Amino acid sequence: MNARSVVGTPQAGRSLHRFANPGQFLRLSGAVLPWLTAGAVALTTLGLVWGLFFAPADWQQGDAVRIMYVHVPAAWLASAGYMALAICSVLSLVWRHPLADLAAVEIGPVGAGFTALCLATGSLWGKPMWGAWWVWDARLTSVLVLFFLYLGHVALVRAFDDPTRGYRAGAILALVGVVNLPIIKFSVDWWNTLHQPASITLTGAPTMALSMLWPLLIAAVGYMLTFAAIVVARTRAAVMERRVRGLLMARAASDGAEAPVVASSGEAAPERAAAERAAFQAAAQESAR
Amino acid sequence: MTHLPFIAASYALGVLVPVGFGIAAFLRMGRARRRLAAIDPRAQRGGLA
Repeated sequence: MNARSVVGTPQAGRSLHRFANPGQFLRLSGAVLPWLTAGAVALTTLGLVWGLFFAPADWQQGDAVRIMYVHVPAAWLASAGYMALAICSVLSLVWRHPLADLAAVEIGPVGAGFTALCLATGSLWGKPMWGAWWVWDARLTSVLVLFFLYLGHVALVRAFDDPTRGYRAGAILALVGVVNLPIIKFSVDWWNTLHQPASITLTGAPTMALSMLWPLLIAAVGYMLTFAAIVVARTRAAVMERRVRGLLMARAASDGAEAPVVASSGEAAPERAAAERAAFQAAAQESAR
Repeated sequence: MTHLPFIAASYALGVLVPVGFGIAAFLRMGRARRRLAAIDPRAQRGGLA
């Protein structure tokens, strides 16, 4: 009886660590990324063009309501991106998933960018509607706190010489900051705010016309695919950069030991050694740039 | 169209922010792929880079 028959056949896909292999991630993401990018461009363009030129104006707000087709998807992504950051943090802290650390590092700046977009478009919507660029309203303030949490995460993961310590500290900050998400969501219900309550809920019918709802949903899906494509592309780059660093360090260590390069047959191969040295120097110069 | 400057500014930001992040990400990915291919040709052959 062999060991496999005792413990059972390992079932691929039953474990999170199936996707922890960077090589497998590069292959999978390389296949998915073009489709993700194409869908993102198509749906975002369709949603924005529909919202800008074909959706009706609001009876009260006039054409200013068209800002909604940028502002609302950015606001949803600000919160959803932070939730993704928190999930990566759990995967990192509990299961030590190596790709979760890299994904969290790459989600941070993108999430901060979309939160800034939400705040800026909200300000551009608030000025003509409320007469003010900014008010210290519960919704606006809690989203501003979210923006600072993103910035804090971006700074913290880069603040340590040892990247692993940065990942751990960033993960803890991300999990602590999750408390802000329900505050953002329910701020318009818990406090008397200038910001309007939610028009779309999971439990009730939407309070907006379908002619406005469709372009909003299409723009939202398009922006979500855009966010995902950017994060996947950045994570792919991070995986390759880490592999380059590892190879450079390994070669630097072997060069330091002055070990001769030996061909597979066991004989010294000066041409191959020279070629490897040239490639190493080229990569090092590229890294330095 | 009422409030046109506010709408135009919002849509400009709504396009520029994702496009900026997207272009930066794809340039960074291409740079990383070239670096990896320069020092590890196996990665290119295996379709990893």
